Amino acid sequence: MQGSESTWEAVIGLETHVQLGTDSKIFTSASTAFGDQPNTHIDPVVCGLPGTLPVLNQKVLEYAVKAAMALNLKIAEHSKFDRKQYFYPDLPKNYQISQYDEPIAEDGWIDVEVAEKGKDTYVKKIGIERLHMEEDAGKLVHAGSDRLAGSTHSLVDYNRAGVALAEIVSKPDLRTGREAAEYASEIRRIMRYLGVSDGNMQEGSLRCDVNISVRRGPEEPFGTKVEIKNMNSFSAIQKACEYEIKRQIKAYEQGEAVVQETRLWDEGKQTTKSMRSKEGSSDYRYFPDPDLGPIEVNAELRDRWRAALPELPASKRKRYVEDFGLSAYDARVLTDELAMASYFEAVVAAGSDVKSASNWITGDLAAYINANKLSFAELVFSPKDLAEMIQMIIKGQISGKIAKEILPELLANGGSPKKLVETKGLGMISDTKEITLIVEELLKSHPDEVQAFRGGKKKLLGFFVGQLMKKTGGKADPKLANQILNKKLNQ
Amino acid sequence: MSKITSDDVRKVANLSRLDLHEEQIDTYASQLEKILDYIDHLEKVDTTNVIPTTRAVEVINVIRDDQVEYTNVREELIDLAPDREGDFYKVPKIISD
Repeated sequence: MQGSESTWEAVIGLETHVQLGTDSKIFTSASTAFGDQPNTHIDPVVCGLPGTLPVLNQKVLEYAVKAAMALNLKIAEHSKFDRKQYFYPDLPKNYQISQYDEPIAEDGWIDVEVAEKGKDTYVKKIGIERLHMEEDAGKLVHAGSDRLAGSTHSLVDYNRAGVALAEIVSKPDLRTGREAAEYASEIRRIMRYLGVSDGNMQEGSLRCDVNISVRRGPEEPFGTKVEIKNMNSFSAIQKACEYEIKRQIKAYEQGEAVVQETRLWDEGKQTTKSMRSKEGSSDYRYFPDPDLGPIEVNAELRDRWRAALPELPASKRKRYVEDFGLSAYDARVLTDELAMASYFEAVVAAGSDVKSASNWITGDLAAYINANKLSFAELVFSPKDLAEMIQMIIKGQISGKIAKEILPELLANGGSPKKLVETKGLGMISDTKEITLIVEELLKSHPDEVQAFRGGKKKLLGFFVGQLMKKTGGKADPKLANQILNKKLNQ
Repeated sequence: MSKITSDDVRKVANLSRLDLHEEQIDTYASQLEKILDYIDHLEKVDTTNVIPTTRAVEVINVIRDDQVEYTNVREELIDLAPDREGDFYKVPKIISD
């Protein structure tokens, strides 16, 4: 097995379900609120009672089209909804309203930056097959056992049933677990930039299914495809792919077949295990939903929504490196969340040095934001004020140490750093005359040390610097203080 | 010329969760056969100049605003089901051992 693994190639595609952040469900006005009592947000449309009529939420259409545009997909001129039929208790109607052969958008791509410790970072263009709108299913709780197989009955909560989803299907362009994880995380970043989804994986607002097979080389036909579900973090996506690639290669090398099936990622055991398939589930018998009319997104709507798209993360990363001269790493960290990127850009626009702004934001400010579970949008310390503080350090009006000292107060209460420094009397002494006077006084009160220094004990410079800082409360401009001390001592 | 076999009927019945008796299968096979014959008949119609459609009334972009409304019929809806447990719908176990 050793060595042979390098000739194998994995072929991975992702199906990503993104919950669109609308207030009401896709086809009815029931709420989409998360975490309420079971079956709080159900109504006759959700339950599919006879005589009810689903009507598309216009916000869902807008979000789906904006998401599709950000993924460089072509928006369909004509699109429709279909019924996908299967019997499973998470579906109240026994069919799911989805889009089959006329999805809202097809044929796109995104640039994914793949960064891994100890390896070169590279950008890879990943094709996107399609994006379609559909409704989510409900949630099952299996009673009588912690395992589905051993349960005596199941309990169903339809709060999530009918919540709007965009399903994004990638082309099989991914080759490693890392690429799959980076692709999924870029999809989430884009959705968050657009404001169409919070992408919260723990709450299920972003779910990824992986399709994966292996082959003996890039020219070989695809191997048997296995689907993996149940990953609730990007690192789980990566690990599940890596585990599955090894498992499939091992099977082939031992002369065993890989079975086409759905497997579940077991986070505790860090393995995938076979899931018993739903009987006849592959025969969905799609047909056009007679209750829902077709959708036509005209040029006027398309133009309006396209004009409302924000600058996307890939473009920001490129610009931060090319225009601001930041490292690829800094650019990646700063653009991960739109709020942080906007804050950074506002600081730079207020005249700050770029590298200093990046350091303060990704360092002390990000630590404060994380510790207090805030967003950069909620920060009371404004970009203008951070720019002012950075200017003060550069001009030598305060030291970096003083800046760190006043930062907690600025982060908590906001306000001008200049004013705070003045009221606290923390300004740096950078007046040559003033420092010269203090130095002269200092030398006068330490005649023995002065003599020793002049006699060759040059190490005593440190002693004088220490004394000077003590006398000034650490406020003397260190560069200037050193200069003047050297000059006076060597006279 | 039989297009529908008894296995097709069993498959469709299973997908529809219909419990058919063996003696019903031939009846349904011949009935489904007649439906397909009718489709064959329809396919003979010349549709060269007819725009394809999925519906009788052509309406496009029937949409509503993203507004939440509460219907307050939750209790009635849950009670419609054969069984409930508290706020949940209760269903038989899903996968047989």
